Amino acid sequence: MSTLAVHDHGVVHHEEGHGHHKETFISKYIFSMDHKMIAKQFLITGITMAVIAMTLSILFRIQLAYPDKAFPLLEVLLGRFAPGGRLDPNFYLSLVTIHGTIMVFFVLTAGLSGTFSNLLIPLQVGARDMASPFMNMLSYWFFFLACVIMLSSFFVQKGPASGGWTVYPPLSALPKAMPGSEEGMTLWLISMICFVASSLMGGINYVSTVLNMRTKGMDLWKMPLTIWAFFLTAVLGVLSFPVLVAGVVLLIFDRSMGTSFYLSDIVLNGKVMPFEGGSPILFEHLFWFLGHPEVYIVIMPAMGISSEIMSVNSRKPIFGYHAMVYSLIGITVLSFIVWGHHMFVTGMNPFLGGVFMITTLIIAVPSAVKTFNWLATLWRGNIRFKPAMLFAIGMVSFFISGGLTGIFLGNAALDINLHDTYFVVAHFHLVMGSAAIFGMLAGVYHWFPKMFGRLMDEKLGYLHFWLTFAGAYLVFFPMHFMGLDGVPRRYYAFTEFESMKRWLSVNVFITWAAIMSALAQVAFLYNFIHSIFWGKKTTQNPWEANTLEWTAPVEHIHGNWPGEIPTVYRWPYDYSKPGQEEDFIPQTVPYSATMSSNVPSDFEDNPIGLEEHTKWASAQTSNEEVK
Amino acid sequence: MLTGSTLLMAQTSEEGVAAPVDKSAVWVGAGYYVLLFLLLCVAIGIIGKILKVYDLTQQIQGKKELNWNNLMAIICLVFLAFGLYGAYWEFTVQGSMTLPEAASAHGVKIDEMFTVTTVLTMIVFFITQILLFTFLFRYKHSSKRKAYYLPHNNTIEKVWTIAPAIVLTILVVFGFFTWQEIMNTTEVKGDLNIEVTGHQFAWELRYPGKDQKLGAIDYRMVSGTNKLGIDFKDKNSFDDLQADTLVLPVNRVIRLNVRAQDVIHSCYMPHFRVQINAVPGLPTFFKFTPTITTADMRNRLDDPNFEYLLYCNKICGGIHYNMKKIVRVVSESEYQDWIAKQKPYLTDALKKQMNIAVTDQQKSMPQTRLALNN
Repeated sequence: MSTLAVHDHGVVHHEEGHGHHKETFISKYIFSMDHKMIAKQFLITGITMAVIAMTLSILFRIQLAYPDKAFPLLEVLLGRFAPGGRLDPNFYLSLVTIHGTIMVFFVLTAGLSGTFSNLLIPLQVGARDMASPFMNMLSYWFFFLACVIMLSSFFVQKGPASGGWTVYPPLSALPKAMPGSEEGMTLWLISMICFVASSLMGGINYVSTVLNMRTKGMDLWKMPLTIWAFFLTAVLGVLSFPVLVAGVVLLIFDRSMGTSFYLSDIVLNGKVMPFEGGSPILFEHLFWFLGHPEVYIVIMPAMGISSEIMSVNSRKPIFGYHAMVYSLIGITVLSFIVWGHHMFVTGMNPFLGGVFMITTLIIAVPSAVKTFNWLATLWRGNIRFKPAMLFAIGMVSFFISGGLTGIFLGNAALDINLHDTYFVVAHFHLVMGSAAIFGMLAGVYHWFPKMFGRLMDEKLGYLHFWLTFAGAYLVFFPMHFMGLDGVPRRYYAFTEFESMKRWLSVNVFITWAAIMSALAQVAFLYNFIHSIFWGKKTTQNPWEANTLEWTAPVEHIHGNWPGEIPTVYRWPYDYSKPGQEEDFIPQTVPYSATMSSNVPSDFEDNPIGLEEHTKWASAQTSNEEVK
Repeated sequence: MLTGSTLLMAQTSEEGVAAPVDKSAVWVGAGYYVLLFLLLCVAIGIIGKILKVYDLTQQIQGKKELNWNNLMAIICLVFLAFGLYGAYWEFTVQGSMTLPEAASAHGVKIDEMFTVTTVLTMIVFFITQILLFTFLFRYKHSSKRKAYYLPHNNTIEKVWTIAPAIVLTILVVFGFFTWQEIMNTTEVKGDLNIEVTGHQFAWELRYPGKDQKLGAIDYRMVSGTNKLGIDFKDKNSFDDLQADTLVLPVNRVIRLNVRAQDVIHSCYMPHFRVQINAVPGLPTFFKFTPTITTADMRNRLDDPNFEYLLYCNKICGGIHYNMKKIVRVVSESEYQDWIAKQKPYLTDALKKQMNIAVTDQQKSMPQTRLALNN
């Protein structure tokens, strides 16, 4: 069978395997075990979920901009969730909750990591497929199941979960506390367990593929930054997601079996409840032990993708490759010891708050290093503004803008007044929302030819970029100031507060900016779908990039390369190397083929090569003298 | 042109259908916007075609085509200019809409730290964004030159690792000490203990009586008459007072004891830079000293209707958005006048109930003693 052939690096056996293999529609498009197909499945599901979550956000933005206005159409579309054409306050909270859940987990974790780890890990490290293609397939189908369950909660009587995406108990644990805490919450929890199962199966696969299945010559320090990012992301996910399951399972016990892990001293609607001895803070710890690494699970792949794309399109090596890797490792390690900065004002011991504040601000150092390295990569480059490049740049811009406000929020003293205000909303929508989604879009534009064998339209890409980029800033920048005025997040309307009414005009502005950005996505969707079927056919290496995936043929074959897997000789960032005619040297080109551009530092770990190089160099100089 | 006219026809036909049926009237407004959007899409399509035709004619005439790469570089620069102006506008216009000066002693320190952090981060913000977009313009693609091969430079990398580390260390050290100071847990005699209890969807206030002590609470005792579940076995609770407005004497240390009955709430008083979650089963507190009276703040802001507020800042259910209490900071003498008028929690109805409860207990007392002796 082909799965056997996948592990085999031999040519002959592999081609034999293909001879017997007959693919049906189901095995090729539905229950596919081919990493390239699974990547496409993840991408298309991710995009679908993103469109749904974006629509939800437009719904609640309309409510925030026009809190007193009735839209009869909403009643037609949403029925009991919008009586009289106005959103129900509980349904508003459902929208906020499901928007956050879908965006963080289903789009920016599965849609981003799932798509690009699956597509690029085997192709860029030089493997025929993932370590376990079957588990890879299961990973997708568990994800799909999680999506279906999550969306099905819109069709239960009391509506979807509505306790915020962080689902803090007791609000989420007591079905009577709000309508969304009934069946909707149960479905949310089941969906999350399926999701974690999916991402664990994916993550284990990514880690083992990167560690065990690299091609000849591909040592860790020759891996592209994308692979480093996906690898460390997978490690983070494998270590932190199980903790969420632990928290979720205990929550299920509290909800349905009368335990009191998170509950104590509760009087709900005048009724004394029997729970004793639990602590809601325990859930917050368990949740944020995943929750904080989660935001790095979201942003690190975007960082890797942007690094790669910026290097390719600046025609310049990424500046400080080693520093980039070490900063990723630093972020990975530190991200496990900063979760408490989400809990400064929860009543957690203030001394702990102080410690978490120190670790949190330390994590800003590797982030700063990455930003400066990106800037240095652009410096004196030869920049091609492909849509992918623009999105990668947008990612950097958002990462700076959103990252800097993190210094305010990571400071426990400042967080007292900023916690849970619109300042936080602005911060994370820029630094992990917009930045990560821009990383994802950059990846889609860049690797579209690899996925579908065709090119996307550049002009529409430009339109898409500028509208979305400007739109995101117009939406999120003003929110900082609302937060500084003490406007809380997750408020259904600001009409009840005299002091907040003056922000209504800003809310109208933000809503229209959001609608504009949402409509800009139509340009992307049209471009994406149209190009899959009718786009211009691509060449094998359309961006003149160095990494391995571009040495594989355009036509997808099971096993990626028709012959032997290429051997790797050099790092992936030899762009515009002096002494070389072309401005790129693929990883598969041996140093012996590029004598004129070799430099001594290329042979740091290769004394024989260095000797050869010095010999060649001295021969060159003596030749010059003879002339 | 053709597509335009068909669209127009589609529009009129839709209106024709919509008019007689009343229910579909709701679709007309939305349909109008959808059509507008479709028209916009068509316009964009037409512009795209025009550009393509222009490019082709240029090619035929042997002239240079439109250089999209340069165009993008220029847009980057334009974006930078607009962005900088936009940021400036936001800072001046919306920046002036933010909270007034801190009305508490520790709040002043927080504000100072906020200013320092803002200045430092905004310097970085403007420098990096300006560099980013000017690099894009300055180093746009040209077939005449090659990019500069610069894989790394250890000196500069060390500099920009250490520089942010130093700046952050300064912020961390100041932040840490400010935080420790604000979160000072020692109880001092003379602190005014006030209790705030959150439940869906309101806040309840409890002031200590003459003894300056709040009585114990037992959630099991919550009932229609005893909504806080005050344990009246504790003598300190006898003179506890209820209130509708959170009235605070100026320049006195307030220890706000925060509780929640049902779900997590958050007691947020932005003007005082005070926030602490109200957690069921975990009483929390926040100590602060209000420094500006409401009347004084009204004068300073020139707003006769200004009120300090306490509101909920942790999602707690459907009416989360309307869970506020008015806070009023007054002089010490005004406070004494006001507190004298507040009613105790131990109402007559409760007393009646209590008497029964007390006698019940007395009956059961000997039995327990007996049990203990055994």
